[in-house]
Amino acid sequence: MANIISDETMEYVGILAKLELSLEEKEAARHDMERMLDYIDKLNELDTSGVEPMSHIFPVDNVFREDVVTNGDDRENILKNAPEQKDGAFKVPKTVE
Amino acid sequence: MGKQYETVIGLEVHVELATKTKIFCGCSTEFGGAPNTHTCPVCTGMPGSLPVLNKQVVEYALAVGLATNCKIHQYCKFDRKNYFYPDNPQNYQISQLYLPICHDGWVEIETAAGKKKIGIHEIHMEEDAGKLVHDEWEDCSLVDYNRSGVPLIEIVSEPDMRSADEVIAYLEKLRLIIQYLGASDCKLQEGSMRADVNLSVREVGAKEFGTRTEMKNLNSFKAIARAIEGERTRQIELLEDGRKVIQETRRWDDNKEASHAMRSKEDAQDYRYFPDPDLVPIWISDEWIARVKERQPELRSEKLARYQSEYQLPQYDAEILTGSKHLADIFEETVNLCRKPKEVSNWLMTDAMRLLKEHGKEPEDLSFSPENLAKLIRLVEENVINRTVARGVFEAVFAENVDPEKYVEEKGLRVVSDEGALRRVVEEILEKNPQSVTDYKAGKQKAMGFVVGQTMRAMKGKADPAVVNELVKELLER
Repeated sequence: MANIISDETMEYVGILAKLELSLEEKEAARHDMERMLDYIDKLNELDTSGVEPMSHIFPVDNVFREDVVTNGDDRENILKNAPEQKDGAFKVPKTVE
Repeated sequence: MGKQYETVIGLEVHVELATKTKIFCGCSTEFGGAPNTHTCPVCTGMPGSLPVLNKQVVEYALAVGLATNCKIHQYCKFDRKNYFYPDNPQNYQISQLYLPICHDGWVEIETAAGKKKIGIHEIHMEEDAGKLVHDEWEDCSLVDYNRSGVPLIEIVSEPDMRSADEVIAYLEKLRLIIQYLGASDCKLQEGSMRADVNLSVREVGAKEFGTRTEMKNLNSFKAIARAIEGERTRQIELLEDGRKVIQETRRWDDNKEASHAMRSKEDAQDYRYFPDPDLVPIWISDEWIARVKERQPELRSEKLARYQSEYQLPQYDAEILTGSKHLADIFEETVNLCRKPKEVSNWLMTDAMRLLKEHGKEPEDLSFSPENLAKLIRLVEENVINRTVARGVFEAVFAENVDPEKYVEEKGLRVVSDEGALRRVVEEILEKNPQSVTDYKAGKQKAMGFVVGQTMRAMKGKADPAVVNELVKELLER
């Protein structure tokens, strides 16, 4: 394998993903990510000069909705997805700015 | 002598668009609903839900871009900005990084220092986040996603401003343009217009910019001015002490008139943008742009000129009236109803402005209907009430949008011009004040004013002043 991911990068990616990994999990993730980068290197071997960059896999554009209210109050159902709720709101651990 | 510093300021202005529904789902954008009553699987980020773009958002963004001299990226698309915070249930905000809808525009501002162009780097479309309320009782946070997915445009300026005056002039200019387009009501206090201030200082004459900070939580023009002054001072003090300005986001506390850093170093600001695969690209044809241009309503400068030519208003009055789209709308609708532009202008310029000032409110807060102002003007015109009474009635119209006709009847405010009744009142007053009669006959004109005043007071202001004047004169001279 050509790509090596440093401890610092692993640490950083962990912070960004808000994941706390055990040593074994970290090593497994490192191995996976190195393989992903190798795969990208493989793709990069292809000469794509002159190929227009693609921003979407479907040849479709301008899919719109009209500005009309179609949804009513579905709070009861929506809040079923909340691990905890209070006063009609999703209850989460205290956020500090 | 100390070093001379120059302040360099760029703004990021978020504006909530006046659509009926959210940017990617059919939930209402109405302000003030009970928590989470305007939510669905899309705006709460449920797996498997699919966003579909509200066409009106593109229309408004285009309208604002064209009115601010921007170029249009005719091929544009949405990207995901990744971050974890409970106000954002998807863990990414749908925004535009690579191909924002509008770019490279400008607006002209005017300050005491003269006219100046402020560059607009770009305008992009994005979604708003939910609202977090801290619950003291349980020491947790409560999330309301009613605002999640409300459409925003973010207008990013070039770092072209050098003072708080210029910043405020720029914001007022943007606000007027956007209000005139009907794209937003732009209320700073309610958060439908929000400005983040990017500020750095450098020695006068320096070519390079200094390190900048970003200031958030500025919800009035006054707070913005104070925050700019505070941050400029803070940065200069750091530099004078031989220390460095750290690039960071700071939160302004207007009560303490101070700011503090918002995010710790642990929270890396690495948003890992990538194109949103759920949303297909947007292709804005020349025809579409032409249609939006055609529909652009009259903007302020045009209105300003028309008010002077069509209504013969002085420039000063025209400037005040067109200084708020809402005020201009009330003016025009009232004039359409009563055909008395000067009269309508007077009520708005003097009484309405005075009451707004007394209540610490903005012209946007005016809540009476043009019909009621027109009725009031007609009542004065037809001499049903006199001007003194009319000002009292206007206060009631201003406060509660009362129907002036009903109000005048209910409160018995009709002018009394019945000579017989007034004659009795004046005679009674003369009887009680024989000195006034003596004084008047001795040539003291002031005595007449006194009797007129007493009569008006006895009539609680409801007498027709012309009739009273005549009667008093007649009775004094008899």
